[in-house]
Amino acid sequence: MRSFTYERARTPAEAAAAASKPGARFIAGGTNLLDLMKLEIETPTHLVDVNKLDLDKIEKTADGGLRIGALVRNSDLAADKRVRKDYGVLSRALLAGASGQLRNKATTAGNLLQRTRCPYFYDTAQPCNKRNPGSGCSAIGGFSRPLAVIGVSDQCIATHPSDMAVAMRVLDAVVETVRPGGETRAIPIADFHRLPAETPAVETVLAPGELITAVTLPKPIGGQHIYRKVRDRASYAFALVSVAAVVQPDGTGRAAFGGVAHKPWRVEAAESAMPGGARAVAEQVFAGARPTEENAFKVTLATRTLGAALSEARG
Amino acid sequence: MKFETPATSNPIDQLKHIGKPTDRIDGPQKTTGTAPYAYERHDRAPNAAYGHVVGATIAKGRITAIDAAAARAAPGVLAVVTAQNAGKLGKGDKNTARLLAGPEVEHYHQAVALVVAETFEQARAAAGLLKVEYAPSRGAFDLAEAKAGAQPVKDPPDSRVGDFDKAFKAAEVKLDATYTTPDQSHAMMEPHATTAAWEDGALTVWTSNQMIDWGRGDLAETLGIPKVKVRLVSPFIGGGFGGKLFLRADVLLAALGAKAAGRPVKVALQRPLIANNTTHRPATIQRIRIGAGKDGRITAIGHETWSGDLAGGGPETAAEQSKLLYAGANRLTATKLAVLDLPEGNAMRAPGEAPGLMALEIAIDEMAEKLGLDPVEFRIRNDTQVDPAKPEKAFSQRQLVECLRQGADRFGWSKRGKPAARREGRWLVGMGVAAAFRNNLTMKSGARIRLQTDGLVVVETDMTDIGTGSYTVIALTAAETMGVPLKQVVVRLGDSSFPVSAGSGGQWGGNSSTAGVYAACMKLREVVAGKLGLDPASAEFADGRVRVGNDSRPLAEAAKDGELMVEDFIEFGELAKKYQQSTFGGHFVEVAVDADTAEVRIRRMLAVCAAGRILNPKAARSQVIGAMTMGAGAALMEELVVDRRRGFFVNHDLAGYEVPVHADIPHQEVIFLEETDPMSSPMKAKGVGELGICGVGAAVANAIYNATGVRVRDYPVTLDKLLEGMPAIA
Repeated sequence: MRSFTYERARTPAEAAAAASKPGARFIAGGTNLLDLMKLEIETPTHLVDVNKLDLDKIEKTADGGLRIGALVRNSDLAADKRVRKDYGVLSRALLAGASGQLRNKATTAGNLLQRTRCPYFYDTAQPCNKRNPGSGCSAIGGFSRPLAVIGVSDQCIATHPSDMAVAMRVLDAVVETVRPGGETRAIPIADFHRLPAETPAVETVLAPGELITAVTLPKPIGGQHIYRKVRDRASYAFALVSVAAVVQPDGTGRAAFGGVAHKPWRVEAAESAMPGGARAVAEQVFAGARPTEENAFKVTLATRTLGAALSEARG
Repeated sequence: MKFETPATSNPIDQLKHIGKPTDRIDGPQKTTGTAPYAYERHDRAPNAAYGHVVGATIAKGRITAIDAAAARAAPGVLAVVTAQNAGKLGKGDKNTARLLAGPEVEHYHQAVALVVAETFEQARAAAGLLKVEYAPSRGAFDLAEAKAGAQPVKDPPDSRVGDFDKAFKAAEVKLDATYTTPDQSHAMMEPHATTAAWEDGALTVWTSNQMIDWGRGDLAETLGIPKVKVRLVSPFIGGGFGGKLFLRADVLLAALGAKAAGRPVKVALQRPLIANNTTHRPATIQRIRIGAGKDGRITAIGHETWSGDLAGGGPETAAEQSKLLYAGANRLTATKLAVLDLPEGNAMRAPGEAPGLMALEIAIDEMAEKLGLDPVEFRIRNDTQVDPAKPEKAFSQRQLVECLRQGADRFGWSKRGKPAARREGRWLVGMGVAAAFRNNLTMKSGARIRLQTDGLVVVETDMTDIGTGSYTVIALTAAETMGVPLKQVVVRLGDSSFPVSAGSGGQWGGNSSTAGVYAACMKLREVVAGKLGLDPASAEFADGRVRVGNDSRPLAEAAKDGELMVEDFIEFGELAKKYQQSTFGGHFVEVAVDADTAEVRIRRMLAVCAAGRILNPKAARSQVIGAMTMGAGAALMEELVVDRRRGFFVNHDLAGYEVPVHADIPHQEVIFLEETDPMSSPMKAKGVGELGICGVGAAVANAIYNATGVRVRDYPVTLDKLLEGMPAIA
């Protein structure tokens, strides 16, 4: 078999140092990495198991927000009373994703780091700039219906598959990390995921070995919390389009979109148009869209899904 | 036993067992994990090594070089099988493409090698080290493009009755529309899997196959060894749907791998290979023309269908049901086949009728609307009790009208409104109907019955149970005929050392195989009566005893000097030619479509079926609701997406090829009409497992039209095809 070495890290700094070596990968829930290893899309030579780190708590922060440990399982996060009360959009997004079994294993940090489900990424015989940089993109000109419509490049049109990340984007979450040298930093989620540009294999701003320790949410912002996920079947499928929205009683609010880009897609400047309805917002959000013939419907669908979310908020 | 005159009263009519809803007798084995499946035959083939299949990464061309040095040198590797070292291989009768490529590659993921190693992980890692070089050549991958060059086929031939062109031209109301159905994958739970072992030049394969004798014959043919040297065992099958009718690469490669490694080898096709390596239901383009008078009577009906396959393959016979389903004096069917270099097309549950009715039954809905008729009434008005091309040939039983009437009544069909007229909150709600039709096929089927000294009745036949409930209906048949309790019957299936049966396919298995068991039981009754010195003609078999007048003996007494064993088979005579034997149904569906997002959710489903005597209503219901689920998948989501540049099905795993999950399927109701068909077999039963899928897709599509006013003629009906027609948003 493709052998790899394995160690169980004792502290976040130790984990980061261990994972900074070439060929090393963190493993937490393993719900994505193990599949990718079985398909030989990921072939790590060393696994750093972070499951025993003390990062599985949800705690209040000094400014009235929540700090979610990197290892908090998706099921636990979705069920947390504080999350359900104050950050309903996050709970709903989590429960719209995957299956009960997967949510029981999948972690908060792992969810942010999961890789695209573009079918060409999964077929190792096909060119893919994300899997094999420089080999080309088979999806452009191929089967692109589920893929990105905005923020794309000539190198890649993959989407980020997460539901949770879309809700975190709308909540202005911050990703806390520790680097191999022990220094920490806080990365606003808006800056965390990268667009594909010329280097689609580089998906986040994390440095080699940099470990996510927590995701913090600012203090609650109130409002109606809505997550609408639209897909081809009723459950257990990735979003064609999803909308995370927080709508205030006066009609103002925020919205982020999933299933449309290489990262959760949010254009804050467009949100001032929200009281005017979905169309006005979406026109600005998708102003730079470059859909394919197969996925042009996503722009319409995203607009209509936001409309549905706003109607739901109005009750 | 030859079945050539209509069945009269016989022991099956007692209905002490047959016709009673019965739990499957193999249920406890399955639920306790003790039913042995092909990949888990440690009991028979301990120490099996693991094979990993390498699939071609081009759609068409030649292998120019294989460098296996690194793979052979990898840890644990026992053998690398390729066409270069496999020896001369033939091709099975029922295979279009070869199961091991080289030097020619005929389709994507056609097997090019099997790597055998001590562990699965070693085999997989070594497979990744195999270097295969190709010289690709251009292929044809786009059915729409290849359609112009498609040719008529010998089977089925085109058919014409009356003067279609003239009648269609003259018709007062006309429809001329084109429909498409996509390639579909069987997507069964259990992958194609085989454990193979050689002993003294004889090969045993424990595999997952619907048709034991076909598989055995084609394996012997491919390996170039006598059929008697091959034993094929397949007692449990985790789903087939036609995908396991034939010898596939797992069987051949496991056999070759075991030979090369000198020990048993097991191979399960990796899930990402299944869509392209095995067979699939081919896509179709269908043109339907219907002409009718204003009285709602069809005067002209034409159905032309196009599909593609590898050279030497066959068509998807999607126009066949249109010969028989509705009346009309002027008729046309045509089947055209294009050469495509996609993987091999072949049978999937109700081949022909399933995609054919997906198109025809939308066309009927459209035509009813043009005529201003209720679609149930339009269908009833055009019912026929005879083959429209041969009016002297009557249907043996045809209760389509009753299925539709009773279904309409039960479903609340009268509440259906005009298109896009019913809204409940965010949901647009509609109802749809379609007729179900599937021909009843019968196949010669044999069985061996033993009466053991302890009184147990043991049935052995190579019939398979693909989840359909064959074990149970066969046990019910033996219990009924021999007059013993069900628990006194033991059924052994799926072994080529047993008499050849009908196998599982074309919904012929249940009726044919039980008829074969009935024939053998009737023969055993004679032997038993002879042993007991009783008159076989007047002997009654009941309650574990044999009785003539006041003389009543335990059945087991007949075997007191040793086990009794008989073999017989059922063979079908001319009744199928004299009478058109078909099964019928009506599907009723209610859907809700989200007015904003066009997401479709099925709310209710009802099937009313008329399919002869229902042998085990519990299993038959299970078959029909499973088929309805598959029909819902075909309507709403199932599609193998063709990459028309690279020539393969892109979404080749269960994440990409979506089938319905529980949340997609609402309450399903199934009603079986009272029916016995004396023309079909001594069981008076017919097939039902494929009838259930026929028409479902169109019923869903018609319901979506009724809900939204948007008519989609290209399956699957995904939300992107509906969005433009949805109400404006705020």
